[in-house]
Amino acid sequence: MVLTRRIIPCLDIKDGRVVKGTNFIGLRDAGDPVELAERYNEQGADEVVFLDITASKENRGMIIDVISRAADRLFLPLTVGGGIRSLDDIKRTLRAGADKVSMNTSAVEDPSLIEQGARAFGTQCIVVAIDVRRNMSDNPEATQVSLKDGTTCWYEVVTYGGSKPTGIDAIKWAQEAEERGAGEILLTSMETDGTKDGFDIPITSRISDAVGIPVIASGGVGNLEHFYDGFVYGKADAALAASVFHYGEMTVSEVKDYLIERGLPIRPPMRR
Amino acid sequence: MSKIAIVDYGLGNLRSVSKALEKVGGNVSITGNLDEIRAADGIILPGVGAFHEGMARLSDLQTALLEAQGQVPVLGICLGMQMLMDFSEEHGLSAGLGLIPGTARRFKRTQGYKIPHMGWNQVSLSQDDDPLYSGIPDGSFFYFVHSYWADSPDQYLVTSTEYINRFASSIRNGTVWGTQFHPEKSGEAGLQILENYIGMV
Repeated sequence: MVLTRRIIPCLDIKDGRVVKGTNFIGLRDAGDPVELAERYNEQGADEVVFLDITASKENRGMIIDVISRAADRLFLPLTVGGGIRSLDDIKRTLRAGADKVSMNTSAVEDPSLIEQGARAFGTQCIVVAIDVRRNMSDNPEATQVSLKDGTTCWYEVVTYGGSKPTGIDAIKWAQEAEERGAGEILLTSMETDGTKDGFDIPITSRISDAVGIPVIASGGVGNLEHFYDGFVYGKADAALAASVFHYGEMTVSEVKDYLIERGLPIRPPMRR
Repeated sequence: MSKIAIVDYGLGNLRSVSKALEKVGGNVSITGNLDEIRAADGIILPGVGAFHEGMARLSDLQTALLEAQGQVPVLGICLGMQMLMDFSEEHGLSAGLGLIPGTARRFKRTQGYKIPHMGWNQVSLSQDDDPLYSGIPDGSFFYFVHSYWADSPDQYLVTSTEYINRFASSIRNGTVWGTQFHPEKSGEAGLQILENYIGMV
């Protein structure tokens, strides 16, 4: 009897609708986040993440409606990220029925938001999302990480969807986030995101070792073995993926069956 | 129709608990009104967050829970379960409601284990015939999120779970039950627990 590793599908949502294509057969409406989340639930997803990428302020409220509809029908943990910039945003999101909120750029720009959220609602609902990129420049202050090819680099925190380098050392930021009250780290490497070459193992394992809270690996999954590597070599507690699930390249149950076969502790997918 | 009160003391994801109960046929109201809770046929005490803050916010609603022992089925969830016990080690030692003997203790930092204990873990049934677990196979998976674990004498254990150490994942004393996991977030198995609870109300 051990705590199982989690498989977490992530849905990108814009103006209340799922963006990125979906190849799900039998969905009445492939753009409805709640319907898609229910499908993932049936496949055995351990949690679901909604990432709100709505650009305009006017349409921000639409995610609240999506969260409440999801909470009414989905009896699984739900994390919501994107556009959460204040204690009030956290409150609104949790009130609507989310179990956790994920903060990225806003936490970097105002780290006290982590403390405020944790104090008001508990550390278990504060997820700090960290986007990182390798930096090869000389930086004696930063934690050096060895890569597979023998070179070393440091990992820099980037914000605004990967467009803004911050100069912040990712390992130190993860530790600071934990100290300030984060209950979980969602780590996305911009090096591997979208490549389908697998998770960024060096930084995932370093951050997982550096903090005492769970780490979710994200970015780069292309095949079943990548999940295994992320858990075993990356030491991730959970693995997040979007496109491989959306485009029907693999189902959550296939991933779980594979990992069980390889001997990892996984909650079995539901059998019908 | 029997009425279930979900105690609203300003903490926790009440909407999920309420919707999950409704899904399996419960007649539910979310309320912070003492008289309404007293009049209910079943009481759910949900909760996430800090123990001392939970107890403080519960304030005079504590009365309704103390009176419920032996009268109506009570179900505490997560922090709600811990508040049903005698003490929590959080902030020194804080007193709970004392409805089920036991103490909430902080998980000891241990190499290879993350805190909080977050995710799906299995329960091992300590009793064969507890009505809350009717139809639930031994070893079923439930969703946990907690940093304190329930230490309760064996006679009050309904299920136990292993993480860092063995702990009470559900407990019972008379008509009062508690689950450390979140049945409302535990898919089909969790809904079965809530359906069983409704069956007792």
